[in-house]
Amino acid sequence: MPVNYYIFLSVALFCIGIAGVLTRRNAIVIFMCIELMLNAVNILLVAFSKMHHLAGLAADAGSRAGSEGQLFVFFIMVVAAAEVTVGLAIIVMLYRNIHSVDINFLNRLKH
Amino acid sequence: MSKLIYLVPLFPLFGFLINGLGRKALSRTLVSIVGVGSVLASFVVSLLIFQEVREPDFAPQVITFFDFIKTGRLNIPFAFQVDQLSSLFLLIITGVGTLIHLYSTAYMHEENEPDFARYFAYLNLFIFSMLLLVLGANYVIMFIGWEGVGLCSYLLIGYWFKNDAFNNAAKKAFVMNRIGDLGFLLAVFWMIASFGSTSFTDIFAKAPEATATVLTGITLLLFIGATGKSAQIPLFTWLPDAMAGPTPVSALIHAATMVTAGIYMIARSNVLYSLAPITQNIVAVIGLATAIFAATIALKQNDIKKVLAYSTVSQLGYMFLGLGVGAYTGAIFHVMTHAFFKALLFLGAGSVIHAMHHEQDIRNMGGLKKFMPVTHFTFLLGCLAIAGIPPFSGFFSKDEILTAAFLKSPVYYVFGVITAIMTAFYMFRLYALTFQGKFRGTQEQEHHLHESPGAMTIPLIVLAILSVIGGLIGIPEVLMKDSHRLNSFLLPVFADSQVGTEPANHLTHSSELLMMGVLVAVILVVIVYAWRKFSDYSKTTRESSGLARVLENKWYVDEFYEAIIGKPLRSFSRFLNNTVERLGIDGIVNGVGRAVQYSGRQLRLIQSGQVGSYILIMVFATVLFFIIQLFWKS
Repeated sequence: MPVNYYIFLSVALFCIGIAGVLTRRNAIVIFMCIELMLNAVNILLVAFSKMHHLAGLAADAGSRAGSEGQLFVFFIMVVAAAEVTVGLAIIVMLYRNIHSVDINFLNRLKH
Repeated sequence: MSKLIYLVPLFPLFGFLINGLGRKALSRTLVSIVGVGSVLASFVVSLLIFQEVREPDFAPQVITFFDFIKTGRLNIPFAFQVDQLSSLFLLIITGVGTLIHLYSTAYMHEENEPDFARYFAYLNLFIFSMLLLVLGANYVIMFIGWEGVGLCSYLLIGYWFKNDAFNNAAKKAFVMNRIGDLGFLLAVFWMIASFGSTSFTDIFAKAPEATATVLTGITLLLFIGATGKSAQIPLFTWLPDAMAGPTPVSALIHAATMVTAGIYMIARSNVLYSLAPITQNIVAVIGLATAIFAATIALKQNDIKKVLAYSTVSQLGYMFLGLGVGAYTGAIFHVMTHAFFKALLFLGAGSVIHAMHHEQDIRNMGGLKKFMPVTHFTFLLGCLAIAGIPPFSGFFSKDEILTAAFLKSPVYYVFGVITAIMTAFYMFRLYALTFQGKFRGTQEQEHHLHESPGAMTIPLIVLAILSVIGGLIGIPEVLMKDSHRLNSFLLPVFADSQVGTEPANHLTHSSELLMMGVLVAVILVVIVYAWRKFSDYSKTTRESSGLARVLENKWYVDEFYEAIIGKPLRSFSRFLNNTVERLGIDGIVNGVGRAVQYSGRQLRLIQSGQVGSYILIMVFATVLFFIIQLFWKS
């Protein structure tokens, strides 16, 4: 399958993520959109990694070219998981304090 | 002996340091001993050096002490030049200087002790600078002395610094000198650029190969320096105002020595000037114009020192005329005789002022001859000398300059003669108003009139003797064969540039004698006329009118300078202050502050706390960067 399809999918996911972050007011939905953007990038990484790997194999049967991309995906997933735990914890604490997860209501950080 | 030349300026320098640093501790007597003694010691050394220079087989010496400026190919050593010209000036400066220092011990006796010591410290510093000026073997050392005498002149004019008018006179002298000094400085730079050296011997050796433009430019710039220091048109107005200083200062600095620095400098550079005929003509014309201009002003002045000051300006003009027509020996001769008789006249005036308790208006004097016989007699001798009556010294030096002027152009001669006649008139007007007739001052002044003490009359007597016989070292060829001793003494210095020494250029003896005789006769008539006219002068309150009024107001030169330089400069300053400073510079400074405040206020609105807007901006910025990069590449 040509790599273009993966790119289009990734761009679509990323744009959906951005649109969600910009338009939604619910902190949890925003969080989900951020995850969406991260995973759009993950798709790209895997797709390009596969592409380079195939090109490498064509030149040399024992090549490991392109395997780093997939490695990074695992890192990103780990980091995303860590982020989610921290972020969700903050949101939970916010909700306990002000009984809302509306970010327009949470603009007191500027002070 | 000339190895000891460094002692000559060193004594006054030590005198300056001792008197200057110890001015609160030293007693008057001690200050006087240090002040007079240091100059006297210099005089003794100068005499010994002069004896050596007089030897027939003496060759000019340049004595280098240390490297003053050494950078790249330029090397300016701290060196002294001992030759006929500098040794003669050493004698004049230290000789007249000693007498005036001695005179000052009595004249300044009323001053407080620290002020007394300050006065002598300045005076010694002046002598030191002046010696540096004439001893320097290159233009840079000369310039150090040049600036030093200017500084001392400023300090001494403003010696009574509690008087605002005196301070203004001091500032005026300093600023006007600075204008001239700029010319001197530019000339030095030009020399370094053209000749790669500032030493006299180097430059004079290379000068014949230089182009006419370079020589004319350098000599003109040097002459601008000389007009400042030696009070020539257009920079002469500071000298009459400089009379604010104590009278011995006027005698030493503003008559005998400092103001002749310009003449010394041009005489020293005679090789350059002889190669630049355009400059020579300018020097002669400016000198002559100054001589006659200042003489007309002196006719109508009523302040005893102002008359002498304008007379000094006029005589300096004479010297420049001599330099301009190539009579270098004549000019130096006149410097010497002028130093004698003008110092004498100033010291005599000081003696009168002392007796009159700081009254300087000659309309309030009169009949002083019976109260002050010594001052009167010496003053009369000084007047005769400056008027040019043979065999007094002024006659010989003036005659030499006039003869040389005649050889150059009869026009110069005619104007020179007119000046000489005016000189005789105003000097004897001054003499008759001061010493003849009846006393016109107050009763109290008359009661206190007295002859000055010995420390003041001895210098007067010595200077009077010198004024009488000083001319005998330069008797012209026509009166006595081979007796122009000064000419033969100075010949090595001026060998290449002196005119009038070759027989082809000489006037016939009969016509020279005729000119001399007629001039002396006319001057005698003028003297008798002035003497009789002003002896029975009585005070009138009549306002003078017409030309007399213009002359009394010094041709309105000060007012003219004020109108064309002072006023425009002040309104320009006001414009800069009110418009450029307030709107321009303040506007920029305040504008920067206001711009920062305003933009800060506007930018603060972006920080709304709305996370969404932050992200929106971030996304747009990222997209923008991508687009920019995309188009950059292609």
